Amino acid sequence: MSKQLIVIGNGMVGHHFLEQFAGTPAAAQYQVMVFGEEALCAYDRVHLSEYFDGSTHEDLSLAPLTWYQEQGIDLHLGECVTGIDRDKQVVSTDQGDYPYDALVLATGSYPFVPPIPGHEQEHCLVYRTLDDLDAIRSSAQGVKKGVVVGGGLLGLEAANAIKQLGIEAHVVEFAPRLMPVQLDDEGGQVLKDKIEEIGVQVHTEKATSAIVPGQEHRLRMEFGEEDFLETDLIVFSAGIRPQDALARSCDLEIGDRGGIMVNNHCGTSDPAIFAIGECALWNQQIFGLVAPGYTMAKTLSSHLNGDTEAAFTGADMSTKLKLLGVDVGSIGDAHCKTPGARTVRFLDESNGTYQKMVISQDRKKVLGAVLVGDNSRYDTLLQYMLNGIDLPENPQSLILPAGDGEAPTLGADALPATATICSCHNVTKGDICCSIDAGALDLGSVKADTKASSGCGGCTALLKNVVESELESRGVEVNKDICEHFPHTRQELVHLVQVGKIRTFKELLEKHGKGRGCEICKPAIGSILASFWNEHVHEPDHVPLQDTNDTFMANMQKNGTYSIVPRIAGGEITPEKLIVLGEVGKRYGLYTKITGGQRVDLFGATLNQLPLIWDELLQAGFETGHAYAKSLRTVKSCVGSTWCRYGVQDSVGMAIFLENRYKGLRSPHKLKMGVSGCTRECAEAQSKDVGVIATENGWNMYVSGNGGMRPRHADLFATDLDDQTLVKYIDRYLMFYVRTADRLQRTSVWLENLEGGLDYVKDVVINDSLGLGEELEAQMAHVVDTYQCEWQSALADPDKLRRFREFVNDQRDDPLQQWVPERGQKRPREMTAKEKLIAVAS
Amino acid sequence: MSKQTQWITVCNQQDLVADTGIAVWTEDGPVALFYLPDTEQQIFALSHYDPLGGANVLARGIVGDIAGEPVVASPLYKQHFSLLDGRCLEEDGVTVASYPVRLKDGLVELNLSQSQSQSQQTAVA
Ligand code: SRM
Ligand SMILES: Cc1cc2nc3c(=O)[nH]c(=O)nc-3n(C[C@H](O)[C@H](O)[C@H](O)COP(=O)(O)OP(=O)(O)OC[C@H]3O[C@@H](n4cnc5c(N)ncnc54)[C@H](O)[C@@H]3O)c2cc1C
Ligand code: SF4
Ligand code: FES
Repeated sequence: MSKQLIVIGNGMVGHHFLEQFAGTPAAAQYQVMVFGEEALCAYDRVHLSEYFDGSTHEDLSLAPLTWYQEQGIDLHLGECVTGIDRDKQVVSTDQGDYPYDALVLATGSYPFVPPIPGHEQEHCLVYRTLDDLDAIRSSAQGVKKGVVVGGGLLGLEAANAIKQLGIEAHVVEFAPRLMPVQLDDEGGQVLKDKIEEIGVQVHTEKATSAIVPGQEHRLRMEFGEEDFLETDLIVFSAGIRPQDALARSCDLEIGDRGGIMVNNHCGTSDPAIFAIGECALWNQQIFGLVAPGYTMAKTLSSHLNGDTEAAFTGADMSTKLKLLGVDVGSIGDAHCKTPGARTVRFLDESNGTYQKMVISQDRKKVLGAVLVGDNSRYDTLLQYMLNGIDLPENPQSLILPAGDGEAPTLGADALPATATICSCHNVTKGDICCSIDAGALDLGSVKADTKASSGCGGCTALLKNVVESELESRGVEVNKDICEHFPHTRQELVHLVQVGKIRTFKELLEKHGKGRGCEICKPAIGSILASFWNEHVHEPDHVPLQDTNDTFMANMQKNGTYSIVPRIAGGEITPEKLIVLGEVGKRYGLYTKITGGQRVDLFGATLNQLPLIWDELLQAGFETGHAYAKSLRTVKSCVGSTWCRYGVQDSVGMAIFLENRYKGLRSPHKLKMGVSGCTRECAEAQSKDVGVIATENGWNMYVSGNGGMRPRHADLFATDLDDQTLVKYIDRYLMFYVRTADRLQRTSVWLENLEGGLDYVKDVVINDSLGLGEELEAQMAHVVDTYQCEWQSALADPDKLRRFREFVNDQRDDPLQQWVPERGQKRPREMTAKEKLIAVAS
Repeated sequence: MSKQTQWITVCNQQDLVADTGIAVWTEDGPVALFYLPDTEQQIFALSHYDPLGGANVLARGIVGDIAGEPVVASPLYKQHFSLLDGRCLEEDGVTVASYPVRLKDGLVELNLSQSQSQSQQTAVA
């Protein structure tokens, strides 16, 4: 008969143990039963706060219930273990008694609530479980203010959550600084300043003596005479305590300050009982992070499988976080406690960054670090510390801002095989190499194999570097094929099109691909063909290549209607034209809005209406704005020298000129530009793919800026250019990008991935190092000369117009498109879930 | 009149556009017709309704193949639906109706009664 293994606690570590144990030889000898006090199966507590961003339990859960079934695990959720009888080897719950042969305690910890008089009343809450978050959410309904007690890591996370709920957030900390465990005074101060800037008020050195009913808010926290703070709810986050109540009740050995004492293989004072995770005390230490708990889980699984070598030997407690949007990092000996250790510090109060490095007496090794406001050095410093790598000549260069020289980053190849890359899953560089040698040939497979970066995600960038550098050193080509139909990158396809003078997708497919293509290769190749030959997107050969937005030359919205964005070059528009937009909007009942690109968007046009509307717009002198296409969107301008008292050049004139020159240029991704009339930069040109800023002597040109998902400040490319040179450089720069970038790569990402980077592009464009200059200009000239407004040509061609029919056999509009009024205009009516169902099942 | 066994005419062959889709209105609601002239079957008919995007848009997706199976990618969120049986390749259990369709004397005919899925589409009026 098989033996019984019972796990108490279905939290992160308990679950990790199940994952590690499942499928091992020992698992075959045991029947596994798990008790979880919470009603839901194990979820990612580390990312708990995402629950307030809309993540559900399902998103956060570590495995679906079916996984437990597949593993034959008997999972008892919502069933709390209330006692352990060690003599009889039985655990009991309110639902029964269960015998065990081996018992694993993975009960985690509980939030410590200081015994302040009044702490047990309503609206005094904690932050540990999904239930706690639900309670916070409902307590915050309709009130104005919340306080978090405790300015540690979790406290700040809780404060952020409260802020996200839309109420005023305060943090009350007993110590003189925030994050007393991880930070020093100066780091704490920088963090405090930054957090207060975001609107969370911090009160340090405050001890609450009582919580009593408030006058303006529900509660009043009394600090001392006349000193108090009123609030509607309080979240206690004053530290955690190991959940060792069960272990105490059955007299297992417990540490003086709590925690179930364990040895190197996680055994307790009873040989049949083990403890892992935050409830376990090893070498007088409790580990309040998930990574050490995972290591314990792995050790225990190996131990149960008879591996006598397996041992837990402590863990690194370095942490890297983004708290309320502020980077905070703490590495190793942050408080400089090692005898003889010294610090190297850099404090920039104006930017709110603080970087401190603790180094050994002989100045050779990194012992620890504190980073606030900028974590970009974290990975490098951590690797120096963990691997005892010798410091460079000027250790200060590791923390000083780059600019004067380059910041020495540690290349992935400089790391030893023992270097830990992912601490959550304890994956070393050596493990990654093994996985690659065993056949994992891309990042995805290495991830699946080693689980690296599937924990907190903090190691993602480093992991990618290591994998790519290892693959490269093995001569493996990283698969960059565009899709299953073409064994080529976008850049290779560009060459094939150019060299073979290929003009249609079919021809390219026949010669260099297979199958029928797909929504990835078709638009990409459509764009390449257009950038070489500039034929109308409605030519029969090109029609099937276009996304719906390109096909109908408008942007599809959520309900299947389209939006219309006429070009308003440089954002300059006459009152007459504005009136036309207003009239057209009114006539067709369109929702109108000013876009982020200095022009007007008209929403809610049906397919049937598009040609009618465009007919009116063209007659009034408008042309397409290409808001639908991977091509030039807008050239944002400021008013410049014609009106502005500071302007030194005509920025509007230049913006209009550039917009008209590059409109219609098909590119790997959309392109945006900006022109400012002086250094005040009101056009935000430095966030654009091409930015132009006026100087006394001409124009400064900036490249590869980006807003959007990952904003990037543009790089200064050339200074004091005259009009002609500016245009020449932009021609070359854009064409070089069009030719060499990957599909859907903005100029920012392109530049960052280009070997040689900015200097290389400068060399190609300014010094003409490849001798391509004239060719690139000629190609641009061809695009400029063959420009046609696609709407103009579409309206002139009855064949093209036939496509603008909602239903080819019926005049009606789509009856699913319905509207509700909003702020004097209309918007799509949301379908209820029920209506959606009716719409599918009739 | 029973629609049980009837083939109905929905449009002319010239209304079709090679390698892409168009929509027609039927008594069952909107249907998307895809014309792939170099395949044996040539015309494929699916419901026009994208159940994942919640709008009548499928005819306006890009047509292609995934591992040889002809598909359309929804223009809203890019899930693929098989032109053969309306099955969604990304979401288990999601299928849109597919219909027998044929060309007869230059006319395109549909057979609504033999929809390949329970989930026929009807407009919410
Ligand atoms: C309409 C507009 C919002 C508005 O009401 O203001 C808008 C709307 C859309 N943007 Fe945008 N963006 C608009 C200005 C911007 C700006 C501001 C700007 O241009 O100065 C940005 C940041 C600047 C930048 O791009 O660097 C912006 C960054 C994005 C991004 C992120 C790009 C990135 O590199 O991270 C996307 C997603 C993408 O392109 O992949 C996006 C995608 C979209 C899409 C295409 C999303 C979609 O698929 O539906 C929206 C379609 C437009 C439509 O239906 O007409 N939109 N979008 C703005 C149109 C400007 C115009 O006149 O053409
Ligand atoms: C908001 C938040 C953010 C965090 N961020 C990070 C981070 O960025 N990085 C990091 O490393 N760590 C972070 N942590 C800590 C991390 O979540 C814990 O280290 C980890 O969850 C510990 O796992 P565990 O299994 O030991 O405990 P838990 O995950 O707490 O699981 C213990 C489980 O046992 C159950 N249990 C207890 N007693 C019984 C009983 N008698 N019967 C049945 N069930 C019982 C409990 O209900 C609980 O579900 C964070 C924690 C929180 C709350
Ligand atoms: S950038 Fe210069 S010219 Fe333009 S509006 Fe601002 S101050 Fe005036
Ligand atoms: S370090 Fe957390 S996932 Fe790798």
